[in-house]
Amino acid sequence: MSDAATKSITTRDLNLWYGKFQALKNINVDIRQGLITGLIGPSGCGKTTLLRCFNRVNERYGNVTTTGEIRVLDRNIYDADVSLVELRKSVGMVFQRPNPMPISVYENVVFGLRIHNRARDLLGTRRKKFYRFAKRLGATAGGGPAGTSRRIDLDEAVEKALTEVGLWKDLKDKLQVKANTLQLEQQQKLCIARLLPLKPEIILMDEPCSALDVEGTRAIEELMFAMKGRYTLVIVTHNMAQARRTSDECIFMLLGELIEHNRTADLFLQPQNPKTAEYIEGRYG
Amino acid sequence: MSDRQAMFAETPLGRRKRRTERVAKYFFGFMAMAMVVPLLLIVGYVVVKGWPCLSWEFLTTNPRGGGIRGGIWPALVGTIYLVGLSLCVSAPIGVLAAVYLNEYAKDNWFTRIVNLAVVNLAGVPSIVHGLFGVGAFVYAMHFGKSIISASLTLAIMTLPVIIASTKEALAAVPMSFREACWNVGATRWQTIRRIVLPNSISGILTGVILQVSRAAGETAPVMLTGVTVYKAVSDNGFFLYTLNEQCMSLSMHLYYIATQASGAPPALPYAIAVVLLAVVLLVNATAITFRVVLRSRKKW
Repeated sequence: MSDAATKSITTRDLNLWYGKFQALKNINVDIRQGLITGLIGPSGCGKTTLLRCFNRVNERYGNVTTTGEIRVLDRNIYDADVSLVELRKSVGMVFQRPNPMPISVYENVVFGLRIHNRARDLLGTRRKKFYRFAKRLGATAGGGPAGTSRRIDLDEAVEKALTEVGLWKDLKDKLQVKANTLQLEQQQKLCIARLLPLKPEIILMDEPCSALDVEGTRAIEELMFAMKGRYTLVIVTHNMAQARRTSDECIFMLLGELIEHNRTADLFLQPQNPKTAEYIEGRYG
Repeated sequence: MSDRQAMFAETPLGRRKRRTERVAKYFFGFMAMAMVVPLLLIVGYVVVKGWPCLSWEFLTTNPRGGGIRGGIWPALVGTIYLVGLSLCVSAPIGVLAAVYLNEYAKDNWFTRIVNLAVVNLAGVPSIVHGLFGVGAFVYAMHFGKSIISASLTLAIMTLPVIIASTKEALAAVPMSFREACWNVGATRWQTIRRIVLPNSISGILTGVILQVSRAAGETAPVMLTGVTVYKAVSDNGFFLYTLNEQCMSLSMHLYYIATQASGAPPALPYAIAVVLLAVVLLVNATAITFRVVLRSRKKW
């Protein structure tokens, strides 16, 4: 049990088919809690597919069959009583192209809270104004801010999430700006910030820097280091140097199979499998 | 030195390409004009010819003398009834069906058949829809020849096109928005309600409104199912027509006056055409206004 506690994600004999095409073959993997785990391998080897398994979002992409076991935080996510909504709250995802929703920065950050709570449990700017107004009129009872212990303060959540990803200083006066007018780097940080109010345990990142320039990449990587420990990060990357820089452990995949999983330093310096060696030397990719 | 001179000089092939380019540009421009000019000519011609007959009274009085004197009020009201009622049926069904097909349905043989059926139904001639309306609504459902039969027939006729255009509008919403929603645990419905619909509503509206003009202009299906040559509106009560009676419509009135009635003033059919055009343009203008307003709120 103590062993399981340090593992965020484990899979046993995981197989996955898109229609008749087998994309994952007998994947057995243990991803450790609080670390950054890199997923590397040539295009089409199943990295993204594996990533999408971890919050079962694969099932939204049409004809997918999965066999085997996936345990997230020691819970089999294929158990009948697992709620996909709760699972995806805990296991968030960041994409290759920053995909903020076409609404304001503020609304992007509180989007998760809005869809997972009743409107009356949320305390937004407008509602606060209303309560201040009511207070001045002398109204006391009726769910005013006095009994707000259960209420979620949206403004607070926005500030906290944006501060955590380092956007608050830049964006605190631009909260009502459309999120897709920001710079790409800010958009990507916002996409990470969007997950945080839901208090995720695991953040899956699918090539989070490949649309960004050098500066943006560095910023996201620094953010990843800052988040390490509190969150388990799994990052798919095509950039070998990035995998080496950022990850603690690395998984090498090829044609739907897991070839090697080791500490990053070991994997790059002393690859156990000749295929790994060839890939990291750049013989194919 | 001469080599230097020749550098970047135009080759004969390049000259020919440039000429082709110029010809292509003017040719396509001419085609665009060829489309716009007749349209303006037709509208202008109809307005000029119909002008003597147009007046407020023309719009708001009952026809007299077998339709050749008096106004077109009942036909105008009838058209509004037919189009409005058919829209009330086809817009919700069509939009919701399209949402299902685009957002929920899995890609299997059944949905493929449904999609194929939608596309093919959109191409069925309107007179065939009219015959279906006679069989289904007038006889089988015992609505008789009435406004309700005619509107339902128009609804059936416009439904497939509304589904097709709505599906297109939904499909234009980038997949990445949906992915973003799913990965914070949104259900499909939350995704549709908060992201997909707000970003496709302008396209959906355009599709629906275009069908309004199509429904307003149709003669064949309504002629078979509920529109008559002469039926004055009652002047008592809130409802000018009741749904179980027959009515007049602008398209039918135009057809009748232009081909069947003798002794009508020559300007009369043109005047009716002007009103019909105005109704359609008014509806389209509303749609465009809507779109502009909704567009200004979205950006990606």
